[in-house]
Amino acid sequence: MDLYLLSPEISLLALALVVILLDLFIGRKWILGWVSIIGLIVPVIFTLSLWGRNETSFGGALAVDHFSLFFHLFFLGVAALVLLSSTEFARKFAAFRAEYYALILLAATGMMLLASTRELISIFVALELTGISLYVLTGFLKDPKSSEAGLKYLLLGAVASAVFLYGMALVFGLTGTTYLEGIAAAISAEGLLGSPALLMGIVLLVAGFGFKIAAVPFQMWVPDVYEGAPTPITAYLSVASKAAGFAVILRVFYEALGPASLDWGMIFAVLAAITMTVGNIVAIAQKNIKRMLGYSSIAMAGYLMIGLAAVTTEASSALIFFLACYALTNLGAFIAIIAISNKINSDEISDYSGMVRRAPLYALALALCLISLTGIPPTAGFMAKIYIFSAGVNAELLWLVIIAVINSVISAYYYLRVVRVMFLGEPLSKEGVHASSGLRVALSISCLGVLLLGIYPWMLLKFAETAASIFLP
Amino acid sequence: MIFAIILLPLFSFLVISFVLRPFFNNRPQLSAYTTICAIVGSLILSIWALIAVNGAENHVLTSTSYQWLAIGDTVINIGITMDSLAAIMVVTVSTISLLVQIYSIGYMKGDGGFARYFAFMSLFTASMLGLVLADNLLFLFLFWEGVGLCSYLLIGFWFHKPEAARAAMKAFVVTRLGDFGFLVAIIFLYVKTGTFDIGELHELALAGVLGGSTLTLAAIGIFSGAVGKSGQFPLHTWLPDAMEGPTPVSALIHAATMVTAGVYLVARMFPMIASSETAITVVAIIGGFTAIFAATMGLVATDIKRVLAYSTISQLGYMMLGLGAVGIGYASGHLDGHHALTLGVAVAIFHLFTHAFFKSLLFLGSGSTSHATGTFDMRKMGGLRKVQPWTYVTFVIGSLSLAGIWPLAGFWSKEGILHEAHAYTPVLFWLAMITVFMTAFYMFRAVFLTFHGEYRGGKEGSHSHGLHESPKIIIIPLVILAIFAVIAGWLPVGDFLGADVHFSFFGALTSWLAWASLSFGIAGILLAYIIYVRKLLSAKSIGQSLGPVYTLLIRKYFFDELYERFFVMRFLVDGIFAVFQWIDTYIVDGSVNGIATITVAGGKVMRRLETGQLQVYGLAIFIGILAIIAFLFIFS
Repeated sequence: MDLYLLSPEISLLALALVVILLDLFIGRKWILGWVSIIGLIVPVIFTLSLWGRNETSFGGALAVDHFSLFFHLFFLGVAALVLLSSTEFARKFAAFRAEYYALILLAATGMMLLASTRELISIFVALELTGISLYVLTGFLKDPKSSEAGLKYLLLGAVASAVFLYGMALVFGLTGTTYLEGIAAAISAEGLLGSPALLMGIVLLVAGFGFKIAAVPFQMWVPDVYEGAPTPITAYLSVASKAAGFAVILRVFYEALGPASLDWGMIFAVLAAITMTVGNIVAIAQKNIKRMLGYSSIAMAGYLMIGLAAVTTEASSALIFFLACYALTNLGAFIAIIAISNKINSDEISDYSGMVRRAPLYALALALCLISLTGIPPTAGFMAKIYIFSAGVNAELLWLVIIAVINSVISAYYYLRVVRVMFLGEPLSKEGVHASSGLRVALSISCLGVLLLGIYPWMLLKFAETAASIFLP
Repeated sequence: MIFAIILLPLFSFLVISFVLRPFFNNRPQLSAYTTICAIVGSLILSIWALIAVNGAENHVLTSTSYQWLAIGDTVINIGITMDSLAAIMVVTVSTISLLVQIYSIGYMKGDGGFARYFAFMSLFTASMLGLVLADNLLFLFLFWEGVGLCSYLLIGFWFHKPEAARAAMKAFVVTRLGDFGFLVAIIFLYVKTGTFDIGELHELALAGVLGGSTLTLAAIGIFSGAVGKSGQFPLHTWLPDAMEGPTPVSALIHAATMVTAGVYLVARMFPMIASSETAITVVAIIGGFTAIFAATMGLVATDIKRVLAYSTISQLGYMMLGLGAVGIGYASGHLDGHHALTLGVAVAIFHLFTHAFFKSLLFLGSGSTSHATGTFDMRKMGGLRKVQPWTYVTFVIGSLSLAGIWPLAGFWSKEGILHEAHAYTPVLFWLAMITVFMTAFYMFRAVFLTFHGEYRGGKEGSHSHGLHESPKIIIIPLVILAIFAVIAGWLPVGDFLGADVHFSFFGALTSWLAWASLSFGIAGILLAYIIYVRKLLSAKSIGQSLGPVYTLLIRKYFFDELYERFFVMRFLVDGIFAVFQWIDTYIVDGSVNGIATITVAGGKVMRRLETGQLQVYGLAIFIGILAIIAFLFIFS
């Protein structure tokens, strides 16, 4: 048992506790935000010091490999951007600011664990750690909308957890083990392939995880929760929570259920088609930009699932690459929205009219991110779609890719409509938009990343390939 | 190292846009210093590369290509070529860019968009350098669009002026027409040959693998891109309007660098284009015709920057003519292989090189006069010789150089082109000689109207603090450029590019051609002197006696009317757009309405489902699970 392998998670947990403790002594609460941001350097250093290792610990329940380390950095980066964009937003909370920051850090801890555990019970614990932190954060504003969103998220999350537990129990009952490797070995050894009980277990696991990644028909919580939650948390949910879901799906389905890949590959293909279509079509009708991005994130889950449906290493690496591109883009969009909404106190798309004249930089940044979400070059979104679609074609999922391309065209309608309103509409007032320096830094990082990945995706793609290389179909 | 030439200004752009503008907007001069430092770095590296190329075997520095994208089996590399052509171009671009940036500190002082201006200028310089260094067409095209974008942003820099916004849009749309042909040619070549690599394309063309109508079509497509970018006939209309941008922008982008990208492109692709006799003849004719066509419009323009703009178009036509003439010699077998291919590039790029110096000098000089008078209208200037002696002297040097007077820079490069034109395209040669006369005339018309006689501006046109010489930061770049406008022709650029050009300082005066072109030039200057200084002839009466011709010239051959009234209104709006309108109304709108109906219906269903009631949501999860299970058991 090598505790050092767990050092990124432990240090992040410690950081969360330090922030809560500091709250008792420090009067100027803004310091807490910066402590949590700067403190993130510690787990990053621990992660980097582990780079290149390929070991397991805790009796095989914890794996430190390229995949988990990649996602460690991913979640730490997303947490940093969310914290940066929260520094100003957090002033809206009357109290409990330390808890807000600490919960973001705790959720990140859970997500990091999700990417590195290889044992079903630990996965469940990590899921709950992530989930409960996020339920609380969703309701943090304490206005009726936010509270309702938090409660809904909690109750539906509990339903999903129950479903997931049923699935786990079925798999455990069939194979006699909760370790992912053991499950795969038992499926092959005992000829469980095609047994209805195993299929049932797989379906329940898909449903449980489907809730996390917001796949149709387990997406219904998304619009309400996204609209009600504090905007930085919406960004966090749409990016990190979804990525954690995909990370754990890759882990579980490749390592434990690899032998049954024909079955779950087909489920994901069908879910992908339905999810992207429902997400895009309903997004057209949205008038609230946060709700629109909620449906957009459902559609994105659809594109991402192509990477699961294809069941090739190429597809997994394209999926990981897509996650990184999507993370930067969506965070960029939400951060720009935080800046603008803080000023105009509205999330209605019509209130963004003529925004380019009031806040040219923020409007341009938002436009860039929306263009990236549409998948137009030279942005990260374009590269992400190219790679995941070509992986789909190579895996003989041409029908799915055609549906995805049609969906991309449909999505241009609602993304670019916002751009049109911002650039061609008449401004409703002349007031400019000013945001905190933390927020501007976060926005600059996201937009630069979106452009950089759109122009030179090669390096990240190599990382994604290394990360995905641990899964052999 | 060579990549750093591009990356330095790119980095400067990123620093200005993402660090300096958001956080240090109260100290805009920082962005100017950042830009200048980056360009100084690029210049030093460019000179280093020039020296290294000179010492290298075959005059080529090899550099590694990096894989940029791999989609399936198609691998696209990022690579750069540093050969003698690229080396001359990067040195020219970074030198002029540096001087223009220094000048801009003075010229743009106090402008609200100071940092934005330098950000765009950095981005432009990076794109232009990248365009010159790219070793494959796709990569080149990216930078090609990059400079086009920067040109759009900078012409429309003062976007609150409606003319500027309109001119920016016009430049963007008109050049896009040419770019379309260019892009089609790139894709066409890729489909036919499977490569974007310029070196490989040349090999295929010279080996005859790529030939016939394929080659001709591709070559003409590429040339159409050059026509748009270099403002050649019939896509010349955008360049005079582009003068709405800040003057340093005109000097850098619309005189010395971006507009010469078209000539550079033809030079870079010369072995391929010259392999098609049809294509190279088109290049020669368009070039020769544009040279005289633009010069005629320069004769009557009253805005000093527009005179210079027409002059630029005309001189770019000269460069195309130089390429075309040698290419015709090559294609018809009068010139042998390797020598012809280097000779064509050498004469055109030599003129491009000298032109970059004297034309940016003239633009910056016109900016200096406007700094004093607040206008570019020559009718409201006059007599500036006394108040702006430095500007006057440097402007005259630039004009003499442009007029091709021995021994200034323009003389040498123009002689090279005339010599080749005389050998292979006699008709175009005589047009070019008439152009020499016109060039000398319109330039000295501008000199005399602006600097001689009495000041005609009155009080309201001038700045409140009266007429004055411009500050040092504006004068110093002028003086440096004036020195280059004298000596640039003495540099062994032709030899460096691989053509044996015999340079003889006095020997050049022994050929009849030199005397002929000198006499044409001096005649032009004299005529301008007689009309505008001695006033022996009245410009007004000449204009009246040539009534219809004068109207034709002053209305720019009615090209704007032709394009906007006829092409845009009749053909596009009444013709093609009407068809699209019909399709839009009945088919697109119909289906959109259909989709909308479905969406609304779907929305109603969704609304019923999204009651906000948790029980319903939870139920949905279970129905979903049941549906998946049903699906699995039915299909597997």
